[in-house]
Amino acid sequence: MSRTHVSCNINGDDVEFLCDAGESLLDALRDEMRLMGAKEGCGTGDCGACSIIMDGRLQCSCLVFAPEADGATIVTVEGIADGDHLHPLQQCFLEGAALQCGVCTPGFLVAAKALLDRNPEPTETEVRYALAGNLCRCTGYDKIVRSVLAAADRMKEEVAG
Amino acid sequence: MTITEQRPGYRYVGTRPVRHDGLDKVVGKARYAADLVLPGMLYGHVLRSPHAHARIVAIDTSAAEAMPGVRAVITGADFGDLPADDPERNMTRNLMARDKVLYEGHAVAAVAATTRRQARDAAEAIEVTYEALPHTLDILEAMEPGAPLLHEDIFTTGLDSEPSEPSNVANRTCYERGDIEQGFAEADVVVEGEFVTKPIHQGYIEPHACVADTGQDGKTVIWCSSQGHFRVRSQTAAMLGWDTSRIKVIPAEIGGGFGGKTTIYLEPLAVELSARAGRPVKMVMSRDEVFRATGPTPGSVIRVKLGATGDGRITAAKAWLAYESGAFPGVWAMLGCMCVVSPYNVENFLIEGYEVVVNKPVNAAYRAPSAPMAAFATDTLVDEIARRLDMDPIDLRLLNCPNKGDQAPYGPKWPLIGLRECLEAIRDSEHYRSRPAPGHGRGVASGFWFNIGEASSATVNLNENGTATVVTGSPDIGGSRASMALMAAEELGIDVHAIQPVVGDTEVVGFTDVTEGSRATFATGMAVVEACRDLKGQLRGRAARMWDCDVDEVEWADGQATHSGGEHEPLALADITAEAGRTGGPLGATASLNARGAGPAFSVQVTDVSVDEETGRVTVERYTTAQDAGTAIHPDYVEGQMQGGVVQGIGWALNEEYIHDADGVMENPGFLDYRIPVASDLPMIETIIVEVPNPNHPYGVRGVGEVGIVPPIPALANAIHDATGARIRELPMSPPRVLDAIMSGNGDGG
Repeated sequence: MSRTHVSCNINGDDVEFLCDAGESLLDALRDEMRLMGAKEGCGTGDCGACSIIMDGRLQCSCLVFAPEADGATIVTVEGIADGDHLHPLQQCFLEGAALQCGVCTPGFLVAAKALLDRNPEPTETEVRYALAGNLCRCTGYDKIVRSVLAAADRMKEEVAG
Repeated sequence: MTITEQRPGYRYVGTRPVRHDGLDKVVGKARYAADLVLPGMLYGHVLRSPHAHARIVAIDTSAAEAMPGVRAVITGADFGDLPADDPERNMTRNLMARDKVLYEGHAVAAVAATTRRQARDAAEAIEVTYEALPHTLDILEAMEPGAPLLHEDIFTTGLDSEPSEPSNVANRTCYERGDIEQGFAEADVVVEGEFVTKPIHQGYIEPHACVADTGQDGKTVIWCSSQGHFRVRSQTAAMLGWDTSRIKVIPAEIGGGFGGKTTIYLEPLAVELSARAGRPVKMVMSRDEVFRATGPTPGSVIRVKLGATGDGRITAAKAWLAYESGAFPGVWAMLGCMCVVSPYNVENFLIEGYEVVVNKPVNAAYRAPSAPMAAFATDTLVDEIARRLDMDPIDLRLLNCPNKGDQAPYGPKWPLIGLRECLEAIRDSEHYRSRPAPGHGRGVASGFWFNIGEASSATVNLNENGTATVVTGSPDIGGSRASMALMAAEELGIDVHAIQPVVGDTEVVGFTDVTEGSRATFATGMAVVEACRDLKGQLRGRAARMWDCDVDEVEWADGQATHSGGEHEPLALADITAEAGRTGGPLGATASLNARGAGPAFSVQVTDVSVDEETGRVTVERYTTAQDAGTAIHPDYVEGQMQGGVVQGIGWALNEEYIHDADGVMENPGFLDYRIPVASDLPMIETIIVEVPNPNHPYGVRGVGEVGIVPPIPALANAIHDATGARIRELPMSPPRVLDAIMSGNGDGG
């Protein structure tokens, strides 16, 4: 079976890969690009562990066919930090103990970034609904929600400062 | 918020540093088992039974073996059978069915092929001829004489007389004390009820995964996600009939376990496939497989009767508990019996429990296993007593609260415990002192879990620059590496970030039991402390050599050696390690121990709920949990355990259940239909860390992982009753059930 050629931009890099027509973008990221940050928790779009931002929209990469990524701009958890300078969300997750096992963390960070990109000053309720597509079984969400709110505050201060 | 009687002057214990493994986890670099890729790696796939109960007549793998990319195919016939009395026999028969399949999802064959799709297609091409057998799914039905038998060789143990016929009841557990008739005769109020729960799943977000690389030398290396890699080694050895020395297990980061990764499912299959194919084999479960073939915690039917005097003293308790253990027996009924009335001092009781096999997946531990169902029964009935007597439910619990020296229902005398302090912490909390908002209902409940000790090992090596590496054998499922580093920092007197905590594989660290029973920070922490204290002795000796004095003249405090006579300038740890080559060589210490004296854990919780009387939907409006941590080594992660346990309990209470159709096929094997709580379902979970130090641990650690999941079910049931007048005795308290209870006026009048 011939494979499909895909060109796209991932985390600022122009990349090309070959994939099967029926392959998920999640599998392509992990198997072809060796970007292991996005995780498969369910494969059915219910847990959000594979969240990515594709052309500005939050997506479950397990629900996107890899060939659909042709020409797209994609951000994964590996692309959130600015070099060695962590994104405020990453810093606040660390300081706020917003992770335990950490397997859902990449998805939460990506989903939270998508939220703050469009709504820099969310309320607690807005954070909770924006993250409702991401499952965490360890934390009970308390410290995740607090850390997203703290990151929003920090980003506001950085803009003001 | 932390309530502590008196905290010694610790420098590091009780602080909240960023965890050592955190950075890798926020940048996507942390390596979980499914992330490993080896050159030439194949993919394994398991074929699973579509039947709840069937005899395997024949398996034809020839078509599968001829398919493209297929390198190995295995079935039950490729594994030896252990003797009937071997404790691992059931595990091996769960990993690969032999003569019968016992539940839908039971493994019958496995394939390794070049790609995942080839492996899956080949597995589906295996032809299995089944002879369907009658099955039993309902716990009470399975207990009846004449019910379809899962095993011909289960004869109930623990009965007064030995049964002559096999049954689905594996054992009876009984705890009895005092005179129960007299106890009920003294009671002014008697309450009783039957409580029913369904199996639910641990719901860790990372499916089971492993990679096995078996070499021509007959040795294998396994990378896997597990709560205990030494148990992976011993169980894999048992299944394969291998000597454990042929197996090395390297722990990957683990994406949640909650008890569900204390046993194995894939590893021996991957090792065998790898041996046959001569290539590494990766196996990763789908979420569907995780639900159908791993986990769940038992469903249960529990009947409890309590009597109390008019002033609130509980005089008698009678409990009958049946736990379904899935296709093979476990210890779930016994654990339930040990917990069911333990937060209360009762002089007269009769507790009996039955372990029942049914045609469902084999149960695994789930956070304080068996305790939440038991607490559902007891703490709902205690709430009824409080209402009948018009007593405050906390005051009622304080009146019946066990103290140090009282005898626990399951035998031992209570050591120093913090239940009273937890009850007082909730009573005095702003939450409890405030009134519920109009229309909201309030419920409280308490919970108990044993905690355990077991075997742990740690090696601490000092590096020449004055930093330290702490290697333990405990997989870190919730931040325990940070706790190990904090305890080592406290002992050695060096900064917590000068310490690198590592989880070592089975060949670099001494034997360590599974991370279970809330034991890692307690037991493995003890090993770390012991190794550090050994090192401090060595450091004093080295300082004495550097000063050319007697070691008795050297004291160690705050990370430096001081001379008792003041004749020398103090030496920091780094000053000594820098000279280690000239004073006797590298500095390192190892400790292996059996930790004794785990501190029993208690939690008390209060919640306010609102109930939509048109839909039956319950909304948790406010939640506060108090828990005795002994000493909180890293309070952030203690709070995290408390909050995580509460929210799992909320999911169990309100949403989660295994749904099987009449044929025994699971109908909701995905996160869409098996709905665990999401962020928008919940409020913040307020925490009160109570610290009644455990005298058996150098820093007073009690273990905090599990007990938080025990009180939520009865707390919510009591809150729903407060809001609606309806008493619900069956889980989950989902909208249809709550609506039905409201419509039928199912109240207790209390």
